[in-house]
Amino acid sequence: MKEIAEKVVAGDVRTVARLIRDIDDGMPHVRDALKRLFPHTGRAYVIGITGAPGVGKSTLVDQMISHLRKNGKTVGVLAVDPTSPFSGGAILGDRVRMQRHSMDEGVFIRSLATRGHFGGLTQSTRSAIDVLDAMGKDYILVETVGVGQDEVDVVRSAHTTLIIVIPGMGDDIQAIKAGILEVGDIFVINKADRDGTDKTMSDLRLMIDMDQKKYKDGKWKPPILKTQAVFDQGVKELMDTIEEHRLYNFKTHGDLPFRKRKDRVGQELAEMVKARLIEEVIGGLVESGAFDMVVEEIVSGKLDPYTACERIVIPVLGKRP
Amino acid sequence: MALTFDKKVFEDIKKAEDRWTEKLKSLKVDTCERLERFSTVSDRPIDRIYSPKDIREQDFDRDIGFPAEFPFTRGVQPNMYRGRLWTMRMFAGLGTARDTNKRFHLLVKEGQTGLSTAFDMPTLMGYDSDSQRARGECGKCGVAIDTLKDMEDLFEGLPIDKITTSMTINPPASVVWAMYIAMAENRGIDRNVIGGTIQNDMLKEFIAQKTFMCPPIPSVRLVTDTVEFGTREVPRWNTISISGYHIREAGSTAVQELAFTLGDGIAYTQEALKRGLDVDDFAPRFSFFFNSHLDFFEEIAKFRAARRMWGKIMKDRFKAKNPRSWWLRFHTQTAGCSLTAQQPYNNVVRTTLQALAAVLGGTQSLHTNSLDEVLAIPTEEAATIALRTQQIIAEESGVANTIDPVGGSYFIEKLTNQLEEEAFAIIQKIDDMGGMLSAIEKNYPQQEIADAAYRYQRQVDSGEKTVVGVNKYATSETIPVEMLELDEELERLQIEKTNRIKEQRNSARLRECLDRLEDSCRSATNVMQPLIDAVKADATLQECCDVYRKVFGEYRDPGIY
Amino acid sequence: MVQKRRLRVMVAKPGLDGHDRGARIIARAFRDAGFEVVYTGLHQTPEQIVDAAIQEDVDLIGLSSLAGAHRYLFPRVVEILRERKAEDIMVCGGGIVPEADIPVMKKAGLKEIFTPGTTLDSIVAWVNANVKPR
Repeated sequence: MKEIAEKVVAGDVRTVARLIRDIDDGMPHVRDALKRLFPHTGRAYVIGITGAPGVGKSTLVDQMISHLRKNGKTVGVLAVDPTSPFSGGAILGDRVRMQRHSMDEGVFIRSLATRGHFGGLTQSTRSAIDVLDAMGKDYILVETVGVGQDEVDVVRSAHTTLIIVIPGMGDDIQAIKAGILEVGDIFVINKADRDGTDKTMSDLRLMIDMDQKKYKDGKWKPPILKTQAVFDQGVKELMDTIEEHRLYNFKTHGDLPFRKRKDRVGQELAEMVKARLIEEVIGGLVESGAFDMVVEEIVSGKLDPYTACERIVIPVLGKRP
Repeated sequence: MALTFDKKVFEDIKKAEDRWTEKLKSLKVDTCERLERFSTVSDRPIDRIYSPKDIREQDFDRDIGFPAEFPFTRGVQPNMYRGRLWTMRMFAGLGTARDTNKRFHLLVKEGQTGLSTAFDMPTLMGYDSDSQRARGECGKCGVAIDTLKDMEDLFEGLPIDKITTSMTINPPASVVWAMYIAMAENRGIDRNVIGGTIQNDMLKEFIAQKTFMCPPIPSVRLVTDTVEFGTREVPRWNTISISGYHIREAGSTAVQELAFTLGDGIAYTQEALKRGLDVDDFAPRFSFFFNSHLDFFEEIAKFRAARRMWGKIMKDRFKAKNPRSWWLRFHTQTAGCSLTAQQPYNNVVRTTLQALAAVLGGTQSLHTNSLDEVLAIPTEEAATIALRTQQIIAEESGVANTIDPVGGSYFIEKLTNQLEEEAFAIIQKIDDMGGMLSAIEKNYPQQEIADAAYRYQRQVDSGEKTVVGVNKYATSETIPVEMLELDEELERLQIEKTNRIKEQRNSARLRECLDRLEDSCRSATNVMQPLIDAVKADATLQECCDVYRKVFGEYRDPGIY
Repeated sequence: MVQKRRLRVMVAKPGLDGHDRGARIIARAFRDAGFEVVYTGLHQTPEQIVDAAIQEDVDLIGLSSLAGAHRYLFPRVVEILRERKAEDIMVCGGGIVPEADIPVMKKAGLKEIFTPGTTLDSIVAWVNANVKPR
């Protein structure tokens, strides 16, 4: 395990790729590697990018990579695509738009599938971020489709979170309002040459202004930017705004590396414990099919979910809660 | 109004049909059919029988009429093949310009009436043979053209003032055309004498064939430059061959082929109008290129519907006055994607049926695929059988004796109407998206085609659609087919030739020409004359394309699956 | 976080030919078979494909070529994998590959070549039988 950690820190691409695979596949031995890597993390700046399918996230990420590379920064990318609920397979197609960077040694791109395990996406993505961080990437871009809670949680743990929309998506703005508005540090209207850009702009503005009191005392108020990622328009401005937000984070929280801030550490630890407990408690049951049998029993009315829950939890905890 | 059946006659026929339907039921044969569902290769459901009820609303003058008269359902020339047969235009290209030149001479000797050039992948993508990106691909599925010298070698000894030449080239179409014009002028032939076609249809590249270089908007600008230049300076040239062939090869249905192709035609017309050209000055030089696929009747109906639709689009939508603008003239190629590597001689039969459909549909020119096309570049023998197939259809079968022999068939007319109606609905959808460029940007046609292709493959895999020799009547034995072997040395020789020319040219003059080309790209003035000057100064294909890439940027595959 | 290896497969289009109908169809079929499929898009150099395959830690690269350049491009991918010490990533190919070229391809290190007419199900079955998550 020591060897794996050393190779990651030395930037060995194959080892990094394999470790992320092992994390994703839930191999228990990765914990040791992650423990050893932790002292090497906390350096990278993490940017989350989320939005509905078709808004141009991957194209934007592709341009962001170019801008960061021009400034001499190394970049890691985690692109998350949904797993098919029918087959368990996935087509990970985000990479297509970033392929021109595949031979750049300063860039590491990895596609991940959501897989739909219990809260595991957040954990495994965070661990993958740690690996890329330890590998020495300056910036880590995490791209998800902003639909499920899991995916929102993934970008929530970023230092700066971008929410991407395109003009003429009224319903999606509603969805943002309902779920992910609060996690957005910067809003981006991509494909801003299209009709309806102004309307989308004012809708977003209204939404943000409704929370006026949140932004008192110099608190960061999410700006709204316009881009046309395909033509690299507005991306420079976006990068400048991300830099402003980075400086704001520093000013607010001092020199403390972001992920080591007390509130974050507490939250992430709680989530990690939760995920680990779920894994320990039901991981084996799912694999053996026992979990599915219990579910069947509830469905067929033979069992109530409360009793089922106790049956699963009590043997593990060894006492009544 | 001239309805095909008057009310009384129609009522009598309808009664008879009802009686017949009852009879089928009483004999219980209506429920014991061979298939649960009969459908075309495009998955269009087909009825048991077609009768006057299916064309009750048909108005003879409005919908069918006579050849060379609006709406052109029956053909664009007044006497069709009784006057002149279609042009037998076999696509050829392999190895170096000299190799292909030999094949051209052979084809002309065998009775072919028009030339058609296939280029290798580096040429098609705007790279010279010495580019790193060309490794392993030089001369592989067409001829390699780097410089004007290659173009001169390609057409050496061929009467280019008399024979027309079609060149299947897209992103670098303007460059290759400039080389052709320069070659003609160096031989003392005026540019207003030469005739031919460049494919030059970039929209279908983004939709289907995926040979792209610059993003859609500048790509269409370059296309429009050639349309403008052709209209003014090279009047006998077809500057765009608006192509459905590749859309179909990528897996579309017949209706999608029709709709997306005519949709592209609408987009090019709109762009040329924006340039200030008069529709009647350029529209007569637009030509089309369709696929002839396996489903015999659906294909015939598709060609007839295409002619009628384009007539309406030009006359009603774009208010063209010149009847020539209303003509949809088209080249056809039989469907490469329908050929099988298994039992390859069956491909001759497939191609024959497809060629027959194209002829019954009234094509102006035709390429018939060779039986070995699915394996490699055709051998001479295979290419000759393919040409003979056309000659048998033309001169032995008798199908060319009368015009539109299938016109008036209940089934054909009904299918023609259905295809037209459905294709116009798709065109409306594209219009609602803001035109073809925005539809492409939204990946609409790409996604539709990808879905259709996957559906068809699944039907083949499940045996719902039959592919003879593959999922039915398969044999384990393999029939050996003679294969054309390319000289592996040719890549090295071609690179040497190009490098020699690069060393010998006047570099100051070259630089000046390329600078003028760049200025022209940036200032939105027509690129054609600067291009002709540049290739005469021995600028290579890639050097010209690199100017495009530098000014306009490169387009990358959006990866729709 | 349930421990489970999944097959990761890359579908790649080397070279300049744009015939991606087959590649896209096979990508979908792999997804429907439960694999995680990384699609590279068109016009990839062998170097780009190998770099992507390593970063993605795939078990198999499926190459598609329909314009005759497989003779150079397919073996080149295997060769670069060897140079990068990543020969544990299996490579197979598909498309218009003449019968006579198949032994040459296999000798160069491609595990299998799928020619036109092969059903999706048989390709998936081959992958399931021959490729194990490493």
